[in-house]
Amino acid sequence: MNGDQDPIINQVTQREYKYGFITVLDNDALPKGLNEDIICQLSAKKDEPEWMLEIRLKAFRYWLTMKLPEWAHLKIPVIDYQDIIYYSAPKSKKPTGRFEDVDPELLKTFDKLGIPLDEQKHLSGFAVDAVMDSISVKTTFKESLADVGIIFSSFSDAVREHPDLIRKYMGSVVPYRDNFYAALNSAVFSDGSFVFIPKGVRCPMELSTYFRINAANTGQFERTLIVAEEGAYVSYLEGCTAPKRDKNQLHAAIVEIVAHTDAEVKYSTVQNWYPGDKNGKGGIYNFVTKRGICLGDRSKISWTQVETGSAVTWKYPSCILRGDSSVGEFYSVAVTNNHQQADTGTKMIHIGKNTHSTIVSKGISAGKGQNSYRGLVRVSKNAENARNYSQCDSLLLGDQCGAHTFPYIEVDNQSAIVEHEATTSKIGEDQIFYCNQRGIDTETAIGLIVNGYAREVLNKLPMEFAVEAQKLLQISLEGSIG
Amino acid sequence: MLNIRMLSIRNLKAAINGMEILKGINLEVNEGEVHAIMGPNGSGKSTLAAVLAGRDIFTVTGGEIFFDGKPLLGMAPEIRARSGIFLGFQYPVEIPGVSMVNFMRTAINEQRKYRELPEMSASDFLKLMRDKKALMEIDSALASRSVNEGFSGGEKKRNEIFQMAMLEPRLAILDETDSGLDIDALKTVAIGVNRLRRPDNAMIVITHYQRLLDYIVPDFVHVLSAGRIVRSGDKTLAYELEEKGYDWIKEENQE
Ligand SMILES: Nc1ncnc2c1ncn2[C@@H]1O[C@H](COP(=O)(O)OP(=O)(O)O)[C@@H](O)[C@H]1O
Ligand SMILES: [Mg+2]
Repeated sequence: MNGDQDPIINQVTQREYKYGFITVLDNDALPKGLNEDIICQLSAKKDEPEWMLEIRLKAFRYWLTMKLPEWAHLKIPVIDYQDIIYYSAPKSKKPTGRFEDVDPELLKTFDKLGIPLDEQKHLSGFAVDAVMDSISVKTTFKESLADVGIIFSSFSDAVREHPDLIRKYMGSVVPYRDNFYAALNSAVFSDGSFVFIPKGVRCPMELSTYFRINAANTGQFERTLIVAEEGAYVSYLEGCTAPKRDKNQLHAAIVEIVAHTDAEVKYSTVQNWYPGDKNGKGGIYNFVTKRGICLGDRSKISWTQVETGSAVTWKYPSCILRGDSSVGEFYSVAVTNNHQQADTGTKMIHIGKNTHSTIVSKGISAGKGQNSYRGLVRVSKNAENARNYSQCDSLLLGDQCGAHTFPYIEVDNQSAIVEHEATTSKIGEDQIFYCNQRGIDTETAIGLIVNGYAREVLNKLPMEFAVEAQKLLQISLEGSIG
Repeated sequence: MLNIRMLSIRNLKAAINGMEILKGINLEVNEGEVHAIMGPNGSGKSTLAAVLAGRDIFTVTGGEIFFDGKPLLGMAPEIRARSGIFLGFQYPVEIPGVSMVNFMRTAINEQRKYRELPEMSASDFLKLMRDKKALMEIDSALASRSVNEGFSGGEKKRNEIFQMAMLEPRLAILDETDSGLDIDALKTVAIGVNRLRRPDNAMIVITHYQRLLDYIVPDFVHVLSAGRIVRSGDKTLAYELEEKGYDWIKEENQE
């Protein structure tokens, strides 16, 4: 490097994606393509009741009438929805939910990912639902949680075992008519988790779901529903990875959260889907609708996300603040390196009185990455004394990447106080040199600086995840500096 | 006294954006010595410090540097640092969100790894931090703050000296650590530096004013002007400079 060049150049090299391995499994899959027949077969494979199939078909028929959303700051190639497999499950012995019956290959896979499914070896304080492709492989601590009245199970099991709860809450926050991907998900959703925390119960452990896409040409359509009754509390985590493949794969999820009076739900995501190679080949298309409703007074929903993976991310975890004095939070770090694109943010809809929301978004772009924050703060007519504070920062590494902010503010009540701050900065060559001069190499220096920049968000994650997320941030930017 | 050579700078030339700033610097520094470099603004003092530390925005266009017998040019800045070169910055840089503890711990462990020493345990590290804070008379809140973020000018300079105390460099280059300090702050900085002087290390103290040298007594004083060392002497040279001003050097040079 010399004085003639920008010292921070994107001499982008392939970063190591260490979760890119493929597990060789015998799969039970439906043929490619999407039509009513496929949906009926899918529903039958899952042994679903009639009412669920009806919901799927209704959603599918509606989806057929919908157009792709085009407002996001994303360049997405046309996706051929007939070229995707909508159901693929590792063919093991009949899933019994017992540890002894889980295919050893699957156990090995999750072990390799750092997610032991053996309760004896579990990460202390964590219960895990492990989802591979279209089905849940194993849910740990299901029984001991049930002792305090908590339901933590795969979504598919819940459909069969708790139909009344599923029928009551599913689609109550994200109806299938919500958007294109929500309709698609409602038609073909595969698996995910169902969490129900009864009145007055504080969940004694962190609940988490680990999503793994393994099979080729398969879409994953996760569906998660979390309900916290009056005064209940739960902290829930979601992690995801996928093998390296040259062809793009689709992940279109729906997550719904319902918080009743005085309930609190913390939802954290560390999203590390395969981002594609350095030339932008392959990677996951991640189209996600996540929304929570603070139904009761003084309820609280908090979203924290660390988004480092995926070729394309389209995701806006949102809060509907219906109860009086309810609170919504959104803390986000999104990294785009190489050819990754992210259009992410949140919506805070203030309906109840004295509702508060906080938005902290930290975008990091490197390589040719494009990173957009898109956020809506809406204060409705009756939302007396609503407050919002938004802070959107962008950090640029190099000069071929982009950062964009699209804040939308709609205020229909004069008593509202809405504050928005935004900054854009570049990693300073002087900051890197300062670190170098203390003996710290450039790669480590960037890790330090980026983690410092994102600290406010990382601090919101449970301890074990925060450490993982820090490493991940560093790894995902490796090779981004010349 | 046995003179062990630590640093040799031979006919060093350096440029930025095609403009030559250093025009042939010669300097020898032995173990146990303190050298002061004085000179008017823009004479190239900071450039010399930056080139020694390996800042790549400057292009070395000629000459050589040896540090402990090894050629320094071409060595990455972090390797120079790990080999024992420390630069106290004239304008210390802010790194938001990175705590001093984390920053220093990373630096120390990187340096130890290079020297094939085991990583320092958290408790040993925190003890070291406490000891050095006491030695340097540093406010203990400093360590829990982010690197230089929101520090006053004086706090930033003291933080540089604190880092020097933590890293125990073989060669410390302090670039105008005195500038912008009131007399009390200046004294604390000087006391700190004096406590770190040892027979087996060396310091290059860059200053614009003579007053720092009342507290840090140098073995040699060099005057830099327009990219060259135009005068070298003992500490009395500093007094002479103070009395006659830099114009004296400039005029003498033109003759
Ligand atoms: N980053 C830079 N870009 C361009 N010119 C520079 C830069 N740094 C220093 N210079 C020039 O080099 C000369 C010497 O500067 P410097 O080494 O900072 O002097 P001193 O520290 O003695 O005041 C000055 O003319 C200054 O303008
Ligand atoms: Mg200077």
